[in-house]
Amino acid sequence: MDEGNASTFDSPRVRLLLRLPLPQSFTNFVGRKIFRFILTIQGLGAFALITIGVLLRKFRAARQVIWPLGFYELSRAGLRQLPMFLFVSAALGLLVIGQSVSWLTKIGAINYLGAIMVIAVVRELGPLLAAILVLARVGAANVIELGTARAMGEVEALEALGIDPVHFLVAPRVLGMAFGVFSLTVYLILGALVSGYLWAFLQDIPLRPRDYFKQLTSALDVLDFALLALKTLAFGFIIAVVTCYHGLAQPLRLEEVSSATVRAVAQSIIACVLLDALFILIYLAA
Amino acid sequence: METAPVIQMDDVTVGSIHDPGIPTVEHVNWTVQLGDFWAVAGLQGSGKTDLLMMTASLMAPVQGQYLFLGEPMPIFDEARLVHRLKLGLVFETGQLFNHLTVWENVALPLRYHRNLSFEAAEDRVRPMLDAIELTPWATSTPGALTRNWQKRVGLARALILRPELLLLDNPLAGLDLRHLNWWLTFLNNLSKGSDLTSGRPMTLVVTTADLTVWKGHARQFGILRNKRFSALGAYDQIQSAERELVQELLRET
Repeated sequence: MDEGNASTFDSPRVRLLLRLPLPQSFTNFVGRKIFRFILTIQGLGAFALITIGVLLRKFRAARQVIWPLGFYELSRAGLRQLPMFLFVSAALGLLVIGQSVSWLTKIGAINYLGAIMVIAVVRELGPLLAAILVLARVGAANVIELGTARAMGEVEALEALGIDPVHFLVAPRVLGMAFGVFSLTVYLILGALVSGYLWAFLQDIPLRPRDYFKQLTSALDVLDFALLALKTLAFGFIIAVVTCYHGLAQPLRLEEVSSATVRAVAQSIIACVLLDALFILIYLAA
Repeated sequence: METAPVIQMDDVTVGSIHDPGIPTVEHVNWTVQLGDFWAVAGLQGSGKTDLLMMTASLMAPVQGQYLFLGEPMPIFDEARLVHRLKLGLVFETGQLFNHLTVWENVALPLRYHRNLSFEAAEDRVRPMLDAIELTPWATSTPGALTRNWQKRVGLARALILRPELLLLDNPLAGLDLRHLNWWLTFLNNLSKGSDLTSGRPMTLVVTTADLTVWKGHARQFGILRNKRFSALGAYDQIQSAERELVQELLRET
């Protein structure tokens, strides 16, 4: 009996099966996934363009209503996250310095501590970590709030009152999250740089604050500041657009809100990482 | 000069609000004149809400022509928004903004369209809350209110811009007797002209599953059956109607 024998996999029957086309169910599955991916890209692109259009066209419209909402969202995606960011910045400084100091001391390259902080924290970890934390704290809440509002018919109510749902619900969130991620990244980086030095000091590294500061300034470039601002604003914009799209752009039933949240978080992270890769290319080209 | 009818529908087919491609009411020919008070009756699933949502310009007719005060509908573009705001809609379940207080819900359309601060809107919002007896709940969120009061908030929000036509989707559904009588009296006053409408009679269209309640209040009646809309005339005329559905709707209390 061949059953359970390793030679079964080399039998003529198996060879025949391997030559057969893929099962229809599998190709259907892959096809559906690809089709859905293309539709999502198309939908997100269209939603982002609509949002930009509304932001530009209605920037000053109904500002007594929309601007306070924008400041509220900025507070929610920025100011209120500060305590958590202070903790994370202290931890980030420890992680980077804790891992790198011992190796830099061994090879006598302690002069590169500032450069490592700039490369690791300012250019990469700071913005990405800030974006992911804002996504977790505020982005996920966005999908739930908007998805529930959509399922409860609040969007139809806005339309019945002649209020543009994108202007009222999306524009304040986009502005709040874009500037929120930018501000929090600045705080996160400053906190990590300071805490990094403190951790190095606690490990008895012979480095004066003045020398550490010099290392940082010599490693930083004007381009770093420009790209940091651009990157963090783009991260905030992307997170807001993706989360609002999944909460708002498609009709939802209440039971679909949780799966929409999962999709939105996954797609936001993928989009931010892809954008980050694009910025790495810009750094390399510069 | 002769004024255009408030609603003029010619051979209009209405799609479902959930899937506009699926027709729920077909070949509607309907004219509503200024000051009319219509009650449109039908069983659940007959397309009452779809007809009302299409009338409120939340979706386009699948076919046919729909004019609101002489203007083709739906109106989605900003330039004609002023015309679109002459129409108010009260949803069956209120559809309130749950993160806003009652005061903010009622003030929102006014503040948004007129770009008013909270203080500037107070002069208009406070009398509205008083008239609809919502003042004690002004600072509560909709979640803290019973359904009876949530529906009144929806009414106040629809009236704050002083529309010329008010559409109400099943306004009496689920109300207790006290609230039901309040609604009938209030709508009657709106229809005749009240302080809230600066004395002008307001044109009203309500949907219902129970015709008898509207006796002595609504002046024109229509029914929806088998995807068709039929205008029946005044209450006396429908009572004598032989139609099976009319009799069924009249029996429902």
